[in-house]
Amino acid sequence: MSGHAAGPSCLETNDWICGEYLRTRSQELTDATVQHLGITAVSVLIGLLIAFPLALLARSRRGAAGPVLGLTTVLYTVPSLAMFALLTPVFGVSAAVVVTGLVLYSLTILVRNILAGLQAVPAEVREAARGMGYGPARLLLEVELPLALPALVAGVRIATVSTVAMTTIGSVVGYGGLGNLIASGMEGFFKAEVLTASVLCVLLALLADLLLMLLQRLLTPWTRAQARGAARARRGARVARAAG
Amino acid sequence: MGAIAGAWQWLTTAANWAGEKGAWHRLAEHLWLSGVCLALACLIALPVALWLGHLGKGGALAVSLSNVGRAVPTFAVLVLLTLSPLGRHGDWPTVIALVLFAVPPLLTNAYLGMREADRDVVEAARGMGMSGPQLLLRVEIPLAYPLIMTGLRSATVQVVATATLAALAGGGGLGRIITAGFGNYDTAQVVAGALLVAVLALAVEGTLVLAERLLDPMRGRRRAARSASGPRTTSRRAPARTDASGPELIRTD
Repeated sequence: MSGHAAGPSCLETNDWICGEYLRTRSQELTDATVQHLGITAVSVLIGLLIAFPLALLARSRRGAAGPVLGLTTVLYTVPSLAMFALLTPVFGVSAAVVVTGLVLYSLTILVRNILAGLQAVPAEVREAARGMGYGPARLLLEVELPLALPALVAGVRIATVSTVAMTTIGSVVGYGGLGNLIASGMEGFFKAEVLTASVLCVLLALLADLLLMLLQRLLTPWTRAQARGAARARRGARVARAAG
Repeated sequence: MGAIAGAWQWLTTAANWAGEKGAWHRLAEHLWLSGVCLALACLIALPVALWLGHLGKGGALAVSLSNVGRAVPTFAVLVLLTLSPLGRHGDWPTVIALVLFAVPPLLTNAYLGMREADRDVVEAARGMGMSGPQLLLRVEIPLAYPLIMTGLRSATVQVVATATLAALAGGGGLGRIITAGFGNYDTAQVVAGALLVAVLALAVEGTLVLAERLLDPMRGRRRAARSASGPRTTSRRAPARTDASGPELIRTD
């Protein structure tokens, strides 16, 4: 890039890959990335806070599981552009529109996974804990939750990757993180801006996925020793029975 | 509530439905684009998936394909294609993006459906002297039908959503009503467009669920077979979207 000091710069020739763009607009890129990360993190965290009680509700009352899962699935069918558009009159043009929409989407994945994880806890384990005098709260926090953690983290990973991608659509209300750069790059026919923002988006998603995977390994050291295939097959069977 | 009333007024104004930029024309664009791309994606994905599933090869490819797409934002792909040389050829960037995002759910689900068809039944049919094509058409595809349809439903949801986004990249479809509304700071139009898109998405999903039941080649027999053969078959018939480790649809739009 710097080898052609005399020739036209890559900004003038509108190249897809442009080192000068990275240098001159690094502040803009950093700001967009920070906004992107912030919107994603807040959305997934709020999603988790709402999904957990919903999953508990769906588990404890037989009648509640159908409506809870049904409603979150219906929400998942609505295209994101329409979702953000519907939320705009409620919150005005603000980051709350994007966060709320993303929370609603993440609920579908999170509720299903938490529910699957809780239902996969073997009945014998639950019985044993009860026999040892565990109350319902202690049973949940000390026995069921740790056992459901792999499924929960799997859900958080999927939700996070999906949320990173969907945050880009927030650019319709001006809060799309890197999506804002993709949108402005499209309007200005600025190839380097679009490609750089897109690549950063994919990298963010992959990085978040990797970090969450490492987090799960740290939190559940016992799962590494287990035969994974067997546990997964069992979980699948239980979910199927619960859903069927 | 003002927004709802405004949207209602927008929707009940005849002028908003007529003409090149009217809702009817946008709806037709949306359905046409979605339909063509879905058909193209089926033509590409299903023969490959059924053939690979019948041979029992290429599993890693079929499954990893659905994972690759998860991290890529639909919006980014649409804009990148629009800015590429393809962008000078009308609707092609949109068509390619739609097909790209519809192929993975179709391919992965159909492949898994074929592989998870009860091996005992397939072996029995082979033992009865069925040829390869007979086995495929009369045993494996009927057994794989639920997952094939799950893939089709996922792909359709994806295509309808992606076709909405096409408006952001200058394409047609109902999304155009929303983006035009944002452009004019016309909240009523934004909400009206969003309602149309949401209703369309839900209607399409509902139609497919209904079609799935009516077209089931083992209609009425599946339930009986399931209860007769115990929990093992039940687990194999798990609807993919409820299983944490299954090939569920991950939205990136």
